[in-house]
Amino acid sequence: MTDILHPAETETSYRVIGTRQQRYDATDKVTGRAQYGADIRLPNMLYGKVLRSPHAHAIIKSIDTSAAEALPGVKAVITAADLPDVADKLVDAGEGATTNLRYQSNNVLARDKVLYFGHALAAVCATNAHIAEEALALIKVDYEVLPPVLDVREAMKPDAPILHDHLRTDEMGQKSSAPTNVALHIQHLLGDVDHAFREAAVIVEREVNTAAVHQGYIEPHNATALYNAAGQLTVWCSTQGAFGVRSQLSDILQIPVADVRVMPTEIGGGFGGKISVYLEPLAALLSWKSGHRPVQLTMNRAEDLAATGPTSGSYIRIKLGADTQGHITAAEAYLAYEAGAYPGSFIGSGAAMLLAPYKIANVRIDGYDVVLNKPHVTAYRAPGSSNAAFAAEVLIDELAERCGIDPLEFRLLNCAKEGDRRPDGLLQPRIGMWQTLEAARTHPHYTAPLEGKHTGRGIACAYWDNYGGQSSVSACVNTDGTINLVIGSIDLSGERTATAMQLAETLGITTGQIVPQIGDTNSVGDTEGSYGSRTTFATGWAAYLLGKKIIDELTQRVARLWELSPESITYKDGEFHADNRCISFNEIAAELDHLGGALMVNITARPSGLGPGVATHIVDVEVDPDTGKVDILRYTAIQDAGKAIHPDFVEGQIQGGVVQGIGWALNEAYIYSPEGHLLNTTLLDYRMPTSLDVPMIDTVIVEVPNPYHPYGVRGVGEVPIGPPPAAIANAIYKAVGVWLDVLPMSPANVLEALWKKQVVSGD
Amino acid sequence: MMLNKVQVQARINGDDVEFLCEPRQSLLEVLRDTLWLTGTKEGCNNGNCGACSVIMDGVLVDSCLVLGVEAQGKTIQTIEGLSQAGELHPIQQQFLKHAALQCGICTPGLIMATKALLDHNPNPTEHEARLWLAGNLCRCTGYDKIVRAVLDAAQVMKEMP
Repeated sequence: MTDILHPAETETSYRVIGTRQQRYDATDKVTGRAQYGADIRLPNMLYGKVLRSPHAHAIIKSIDTSAAEALPGVKAVITAADLPDVADKLVDAGEGATTNLRYQSNNVLARDKVLYFGHALAAVCATNAHIAEEALALIKVDYEVLPPVLDVREAMKPDAPILHDHLRTDEMGQKSSAPTNVALHIQHLLGDVDHAFREAAVIVEREVNTAAVHQGYIEPHNATALYNAAGQLTVWCSTQGAFGVRSQLSDILQIPVADVRVMPTEIGGGFGGKISVYLEPLAALLSWKSGHRPVQLTMNRAEDLAATGPTSGSYIRIKLGADTQGHITAAEAYLAYEAGAYPGSFIGSGAAMLLAPYKIANVRIDGYDVVLNKPHVTAYRAPGSSNAAFAAEVLIDELAERCGIDPLEFRLLNCAKEGDRRPDGLLQPRIGMWQTLEAARTHPHYTAPLEGKHTGRGIACAYWDNYGGQSSVSACVNTDGTINLVIGSIDLSGERTATAMQLAETLGITTGQIVPQIGDTNSVGDTEGSYGSRTTFATGWAAYLLGKKIIDELTQRVARLWELSPESITYKDGEFHADNRCISFNEIAAELDHLGGALMVNITARPSGLGPGVATHIVDVEVDPDTGKVDILRYTAIQDAGKAIHPDFVEGQIQGGVVQGIGWALNEAYIYSPEGHLLNTTLLDYRMPTSLDVPMIDTVIVEVPNPYHPYGVRGVGEVPIGPPPAAIANAIYKAVGVWLDVLPMSPANVLEALWKKQVVSGD
Repeated sequence: MMLNKVQVQARINGDDVEFLCEPRQSLLEVLRDTLWLTGTKEGCNNGNCGACSVIMDGVLVDSCLVLGVEAQGKTIQTIEGLSQAGELHPIQQQFLKHAALQCGICTPGLIMATKALLDHNPNPTEHEARLWLAGNLCRCTGYDKIVRAVLDAAQVMKEMP
């Protein structure tokens, strides 16, 4: 069930926006015709496999590939020696993160050390995948095994095993002197925190630990490359950003950008995990070295879990203080985020989003980025913020209880509004925080009777900044009035349609007249990847500007036809008007050949004015006190979507985000042996939610339009993953009286918490 | 050293098909790499995700857990054979109507699993549908719209002549 609420008075009526159009690519996806990366088949193609480290931390003393090269059917073997030894250089890693080029290269193929179980260090291509796999077994690697460090707090200790001898802490701009695993320390400081805590009537404090989790897209990483003798490289792959793959390939291989053409295929899920390259440079090198034959690499699931993703595990400590009326007056937090093998976790967004839904005058937040012997983390849906929301929102509930106020009323009392100062110092733009809380209060779910003995209801909020960035689109207007629209963004879940709808709205025509396609890197302007909930916002902006430019160009043509000045001509609802004359979009399109020729228009947009996404979720759970298993009985997700361009897609994003959040809350975790071997490398043991684990997910779309977008769009994809862990923890507390301070809240962890409570209370 | 290949005859999507395969090759590999029926997807290659679901002699199987040689004499339905004469199957139509897909990689497997469900049980409850589809992981949708599409497909198919 879905409701759409319009708390703002500014509701505008649209012709196309807000309707539920069928997706352009959906028919191909229900018939098996859609072509994903691993579906590429090229003549004379070879198949590649990657050799991965069995150790979490070791020096590579030597690699002998001679026996593998001699195996019949093997066409090439590569190691880091085949990659250029790149210098330190900061490069864009997507979602606002940067990384060092040397780290990126060493992550693709380890050079001196392997830093995690599954770290790639050689690759083979052969006439079939089985031969390539046999060849891997013939590669001899001599390792000097080093002790690993796998826990974020252990890694921060002065005597911890050091991953990078040269690494020094960036201590708010100053470099520390001794080798360390702490790459970065950031701080947000607002008001006088110590004084505020001294004055506070109620103080609560809690520390939580959260496990690393994987994005869990169903399509593993893949890449197919053809690197011809002229030095032109073409790569087909499933990626969230074709231009990002192009620049990473250019950087890692040290070749000109123009020599790299990236052909994005359909993508089988990303969630942030398909921004960094892993296989693409290997496929390129293997193609070059095998005599310029096309080479395809696909990861199996164990490789994908061991060597890509995940998102940060974390240790977070928070302290909150409130006055006698229940206003939060002080907050102090310490966040340590796992970066994996190389610096660059999402500690920045974690620290910024931690208490962003609330207005608090005195705040001190310290964040640490810490390397350890796990795969280098990548973005995962609102990266960094779900860990933080879990820690904060559970403590908010505890503080509400201590203040004797209903948790929803407590949040309404403290929630931030436009113009308030955020904990990271920024001013709040227009957000729908109180509107989602108000919608929760009046939703039938919030007051429905709860049945059963060990049942409980919880709520939680989350906040995600969303992101803008650069987007390009281009269009050809055809003489029959149809438009071929080329989009630089990747279509993860309806972007062709959402972009075409915004163009159709701008032009006053139907989406049936527009045929959108996703461009390769030679066919459209540079566009950032589909991440950060930026695409419907920024690429939609570009589509709007494209529509305006098409109207301007066509106005010129009409002016020529009517022998009038362009200024005297207006355009409305698909028709040009001047005096009593009128010509439709289709009619002027038919005259293009006689009025200056074909019309092709390009736009590159870099919109600012992001609209943060906020959400309030309600969940009912049942806890089995004998097994610790938690069942989700009912779930309602309320979210400010700005303007929902396509309500089905918005609901789908919310429902998908919620269920990922449920998996994070209850089951998902990277489990390592003390030696640093990943123990759960299958989807049976890395346990994501199935259809049986979840109920229907009710959604309420609250529309508080973003004033900085022509159609009011905010991003919608990311924020719904934030509230579930905390909402479920708060519901578990109501059900059985224990606060969980660990993710996942697996049966074992819930039982342990129940046993501790029994020991303490003597039950 | 290349292994000897085995000649296999099967009926796939209504056509008699002959192929050569190594004994170690899975049916999934044969479908995708030998027959180029790439609509069947690989998500895990060990029976945990269901993306490679096909129907073999009326039974829903993970094609990654079936050897190519085991297809000898069998009748196999894949996603490519579901729509007839250009007309989408009602299950496919309901997936479109309900926007029951996002990235689409799990969709062929889910549609084949739904076909097998409705062949066995034309009138499933929500719980029965969720139980049957629990072998097919979807990471995008949260299953809500998929389950609605499946239940509606059952209704539509019951009303068909």
